[in-house]
Amino acid sequence: MSEHQTVGAQVGDSAIRFVEVCKSFGERAKRNAVLNQVSFSVPRGATTVIAGGSGQGKSVILKLILGLLRPDSGQILIDGKDVAAMGYKALQEMRMQFGVLFQGSALFDSLTVFENIALPLRERTRLGVAEIAARVGATLEQLGLTGHEDKYPAQLSGGMKKRVGLARALQLEPGIVLFDEPTTGLDPVMTREIYELFTETQRRLGYTAVIVSHDIPQVFELADLIILLNKGELDVFTEASQIVHSEKPFIREFARMVIGMQAS
Amino acid sequence: MNQTARETRSPLAALAALGDQTLYVLTDLGRMGIFLLLALAGLFKHPFRFRELLKQMSFIGAGSFTVIFFTALSSGMVLGLQGYYSLHKFGAEGMLGSAVSLTLIMELGPVLTALMVAGRAGSAMCAEIGIMRISEQIDALECMAIDPFRYLISPKLLAALISVPLLTAMFDVVGITGGYIAGVHLMGVNGGAFFSGMQQSVTDHDIRMGIIKSFAFGLLVVWICTGRGYFVQKIRGAGFGAESVSKVTTQAVVMSSISVLIFDYLLTAVLL
Repeated sequence: MSEHQTVGAQVGDSAIRFVEVCKSFGERAKRNAVLNQVSFSVPRGATTVIAGGSGQGKSVILKLILGLLRPDSGQILIDGKDVAAMGYKALQEMRMQFGVLFQGSALFDSLTVFENIALPLRERTRLGVAEIAARVGATLEQLGLTGHEDKYPAQLSGGMKKRVGLARALQLEPGIVLFDEPTTGLDPVMTREIYELFTETQRRLGYTAVIVSHDIPQVFELADLIILLNKGELDVFTEASQIVHSEKPFIREFARMVIGMQAS
Repeated sequence: MNQTARETRSPLAALAALGDQTLYVLTDLGRMGIFLLLALAGLFKHPFRFRELLKQMSFIGAGSFTVIFFTALSSGMVLGLQGYYSLHKFGAEGMLGSAVSLTLIMELGPVLTALMVAGRAGSAMCAEIGIMRISEQIDALECMAIDPFRYLISPKLLAALISVPLLTAMFDVVGITGGYIAGVHLMGVNGGAFFSGMQQSVTDHDIRMGIIKSFAFGLLVVWICTGRGYFVQKIRGAGFGAESVSKVTTQAVVMSSISVLIFDYLLTAVLL
C-alpha cells in the first residue's frame, strides 16, 4: 500500500467509488487538506460505516457523493459516472436515486410531519393527492408515527424527528441511503430503536447504506465495511476485529481509546 | 507576535489584503449575479408553486399595507404642509397639488415603499432563508433533486414584482390624500385648484417612471435579502449559526436600502 493509496476497489459491484479524491478548505495560505488522495468503494446492497474523529472529513465525503461539494482533484463515480463532471441536469437525475438522513434531520420547519414526508412525492412524482396520502399514511404507520402527522417539527422529540427524516428519505425508495450521524443527541434506547428501524427498512427495501457515525462500537455491528478516517487518509476494514490488528499505531490507539477494544 | 506586526506594516501585506478583499467582493458579486439568473429561471420551471406565490403576496403585499398606509399618510401630510409653507411665500398655493403628486409619484412613493418592504418583509425573508441554509434544509431540497430556486426563491421574487408596484400605487393615492387633507382642509387651499394642478402637471411619463422604479426596487430588495440569506455561510465575517443569520439579516436590510437609494438616483438620471 502506498503512503496515500488505501484499500479500495476490491469489491466487484460498487455503488460508489472514490478515486484519489483530494479536498481542502480555507484561504489559500492556510488551506487544510481534509481528504488527501483517498480511494475506496462502497459495495452495492451493503452497509458501509465511515468513522473517525471530529473534523476528519466524514460529512465532507457525504457532501462530495451528493455533489453538494466538488473535489479539488480525483473522481467520485456513482454507477460509473463522475459526479464532479456532471452538469446540473445529470446531477439532479443522479440525486434522485439517493435518500439522505441529515444530522439535524433537516425537516422543513414550516411544514407538518405529513407535508414533510409527502414533499418528495408531491415534487418529484405525478401521483395524485389520494395516492400520496395513502403512501404517506403507510409510511407513518410503519415508522410508528401515526397520530403525529399534523404536528410541526418543533413539536417533536429528537427521536421522532429522526424517524420523520428517515421516512422522508425513503419515500422515493432510493437505491442508496446516506446517514449523517443518525443517532447524534439521542439516548441509548432511541439509538437502538433507530438502528432497528434502519435494519428493518434496509431488509425490506434492499438499499445500499453509507452511515457516518460517532456511535461506535454499536454501529460496527451493522457494518459490512468500515472506513476509518484520520488526517486526510483512510483505512478500510471488513470486520471490526481487524481494527485492533492494524499495522498503523493511530488505528490501534483509536481501537483502544474510542472503542475500548484490545488485541487478544 | 513580532512577525505578525511586521507583516501588518509591510506595504506588500497591505497590497495583498487589498487584492484579497477585491477578489472576495468580485466573487460575491458573481455569486449574487448567478443567484439572480437562477431565481429568474426558476419562474419558468415546472411545477410553479402558485399557492406559495399567493402566500408570499399576502405576506409582502397585504401584510405591508398598514405600515405603507401610515408612512404614506404622514409623508403626504408633511408634503402638504411644507409645500404650502414654501409656495405661500410666492403666492403660488395653487401649485400645491402638482408639487405633492409629482414628488410622491416619481420619488417618495417608490422609494419609501421599497424601504418599508425591505425593513418588514426583506428582513424576514433573509432570516427565513438563512435559517433554512444553516439547518441544512436547503441541502435537503437539493438532495431530493428539488430546485431550491424554483421552490423557495422564485415565488418570493414574483410576489415582490407584483406586490411592490401595487403597494407603491396605494402609497401614492394615500399620500396624495394626505397632502389634500393638510393643504385643503387644514391650510385652506382651494380643492379644485389642488386637483386641477395635479391633473395638468402629472403626465404618463411620470407615472411610468414611478412604476419602473417600483419594479426595479422590488427586484432589488428581494434579490439582496434572499441572496444574503442563501449565502449566509459564505459571507466573510458573519460568524456561525444564529449569530451569522442575525448579522447577515442586518446587512441585507442595510444593503438593500442603500441600493434602493443609489438606484433611485441612477434611474431618475436615465428616465428623466
